[in-house]
Amino acid sequence: MTRYGIAAILALLTAAPAQANIGETIDGVFSAATGWFVALIFANLPGTSIPWIVGWLVIGAVVFSLYFGFIQFRAFRHALDLVRGKYSNPKDAGEVSHFQALATALSGTVGLGNIAGVAVAVSIGGAGATFWMILAGILGMATKFTECTLGVKYRNEYADGTVSGGPMYYLEKGFRERGLPLGKFMAVLFSIFCVLGALGGGNMFQANQAASQVQSVLGVPAWVTGLVLSGIVFVVIIGGIKSIARVTEKVVPIMGIGYLGVGLLILIANADMILWAVGEIFRGAFTDSGIVGGIVGAIIQGFRRAAFSNEAGIGSAAIAHSAVRTNEPITEGFVSLLEPLIDTVIVCTMTALVIIITQQLMIDAETGRYILNDAGGVATVGNVAPGVPLTSAAFGSVFGWAPYALSVAVILFAFSTVITWSYYGMKGWTYLFGEGKSKELVFKVMFCFFVFVGAVSSLGSVLDFSDAALFAMGVVNVIGLYLLMPIVKRELDSYMHRLKSGQIKAYK
Amino acid sequence: MTEIYLIAVDGSSASHRALSYTIDRAKAADAKVVLAHVLEWSPYSFLTKEELEERHARRLQEVVRAETMILGPMQKTLSEHGLAADCVVRYGHVAETLCDIAKECDATQIVVGRMGQSGLTARLFGSVAGSLAQVAPVPCTIVP
Repeated sequence: MTRYGIAAILALLTAAPAQANIGETIDGVFSAATGWFVALIFANLPGTSIPWIVGWLVIGAVVFSLYFGFIQFRAFRHALDLVRGKYSNPKDAGEVSHFQALATALSGTVGLGNIAGVAVAVSIGGAGATFWMILAGILGMATKFTECTLGVKYRNEYADGTVSGGPMYYLEKGFRERGLPLGKFMAVLFSIFCVLGALGGGNMFQANQAASQVQSVLGVPAWVTGLVLSGIVFVVIIGGIKSIARVTEKVVPIMGIGYLGVGLLILIANADMILWAVGEIFRGAFTDSGIVGGIVGAIIQGFRRAAFSNEAGIGSAAIAHSAVRTNEPITEGFVSLLEPLIDTVIVCTMTALVIIITQQLMIDAETGRYILNDAGGVATVGNVAPGVPLTSAAFGSVFGWAPYALSVAVILFAFSTVITWSYYGMKGWTYLFGEGKSKELVFKVMFCFFVFVGAVSSLGSVLDFSDAALFAMGVVNVIGLYLLMPIVKRELDSYMHRLKSGQIKAYK
Repeated sequence: MTEIYLIAVDGSSASHRALSYTIDRAKAADAKVVLAHVLEWSPYSFLTKEELEERHARRLQEVVRAETMILGPMQKTLSEHGLAADCVVRYGHVAETLCDIAKECDATQIVVGRMGQSGLTARLFGSVAGSLAQVAPVPCTIVP
C-alpha cells in the first residue's frame, strides 16, 4: 500500500513540468472568460486614462465624510471607549461584544491586501501611492461607519436567536422603508457580485499569493500548494472541521501583531531613514517620479489598493459587523470606523514604509526618478516579482529569517481570508437561492475548486478579476448607501443628543 | 439584619458539598440563600464568524441549561429544607463576577466548594476558591 503511495507521489512529481502547462491553460481559459467583466469595471472615463471605478469609492468616502461632518475624527474617542466596553451593560456579558465584532471583521480584512497589495501598489505607483492609500483609508472610515450602522439596523434576527445581516438586507428593507423602488433588485445584484467577489479577491487572489510565496521561498510548485490549500478549505467548510477555523481565528490576530512588531523593529533600526521615506512618499504623491502615468498613476494605485485592503464601501464589513449585541446600531458604526484605520493607515503604511526604507525600488541616482522594468512597473532589487515576494525581500534584507516567518504568515492570512470570504460568499449565495444543504454544497465545492484555479493562475489575470468583482460589489453598495444615508443621519443625531444629555451612560 | 449566604455553584461535587454545608448553617441562622452560577467569559476573546452569528442563541441555551441542570435541582433541595433561594446566572471572570453579585445582593457571606486541584494546574490557572479568598468583599467560606 505504502509502496503504491510513494509510486503515485513520484509519478505526480515527474508530471510536474506538464502541470505548468496546465496552469497556463487554466490561466488562458480564465482570462478569456473574465476579460469582458474586467474591461467593463475598469473602463476609462471618456477622453481620459482614468478608470471610472477608481474614483467611485473615494468620491463615496468624501461624500460620507462631509455628510456626517467628518465622523471619523468626531467619534474617534467614543469608538475607542465602545471597544473598551465602557458603554457595555455588564448584564449583557456573554453576548458578542464590540471588541469581538471588530476583531473578527479585522481578521477578515487584515491579510494579503496589507502585505501583497501594498507591494503591488508601490511597485507600480512608486512611493507616492502610499500617500493616496492613506488618504483613501482615512476617508474610507466614514464609508465603513455608514454601511456597518445599516448592517446592524436591518439585519435579520431569526426565531432561534441567530442573526444574519449585510447589504442585501439593508438594500431590501431600507429601500422599502424609504419607499424607494428596486430594493430587491439591488439586493440580488449585490449578492451576485458578493459571490463573485468571494471567489475572486476573497479566494483566488489569496490562494495565488500564498502559492507564489511558498514557491519562491520553499520551492514547492504552485499546483501542490493549490491542491493542499483547497483540500484544507474543503475539510473546513464541507467537512465541518470547525476547530481548524477556530485555531486560525486565534492565531491570525497574533500574527498580525507580530507582523506589525517586526515592521516597527525595521523602522526603528533605520530611524534615520524615516524622514527620507516620508519625503519620498510626498514627492511621489505630488510630482512625477518617473512611474507610468505620473501622479495620476500613483493616485490610481493608492486608491485601488486602499479599497482592496480595507474593503470600505464594498459591503463585506456590514456582513461581519452585524452580529454584535446592541440596541444602538450606530454604536457598531462607530466601532467599525476603526477598521480602515488599523488596516490601511497603520498596517498597510507599515508595509509601504518597510519597502521604501529598505530601498527595494530602484531609483536612478542622477535624476532621482524610478527605473522602470519591461512590464512598466518600477524595477526592483534582484528583479523580484511585485506582490508578496517584494515585501518578503524587503523584510528579508534586514532579518534573514523574515521570509520564512512571512511565508507562514502569508499562508495563515490567506487561509483566514479565504474562510472569511467563504462565509460572505455563502451569505450572498443563500440570499439568492435560499438555505439548504445541497444548495450550500454546490457553492462550497465551487469555492474549493476556485482555490486551486487561483493558485495556478498568473497574478495579472487573478488580480484584475479580483479587483473587478470587489468593485462591482462596491458599485451596488455605495448607490444604496447614498440613498439610505439619511437614516444613518437620523440615528446619529438621536444618539449624539442622548449621549450629551446623559441618557446613554457609561458603566465603567 | 438577615444573613444572606451566597453559594457559588457549578454543578460539580464540590459545589454540592458547599450546598449541604450551607443548608445546616442557613437553617440555624434563618438566613436567605442566593445560588450563583457564573460562566467564564471574556469580551476580548476571538470568535469565528459562525460563532458570532450563533452567540445570542447559544447564550440563551447556556442560561436555560444552567437553570435547569444546575440551579433548579439545588433550589429544590433547599426548598425541601424549608429554605428560599434566589438564582443568578451571569457571564464573566468567575471570581470577579461572584464579588459583584455578592455586593448586589448584600450577601453577608460567600460559600464556595473547593475542587482541590494541586500542583501545576492550580499554579498556572489558579482556582476560583483561591482568587475568591483574595478578593471577596465579605467573609468567604471555602468548603473542602
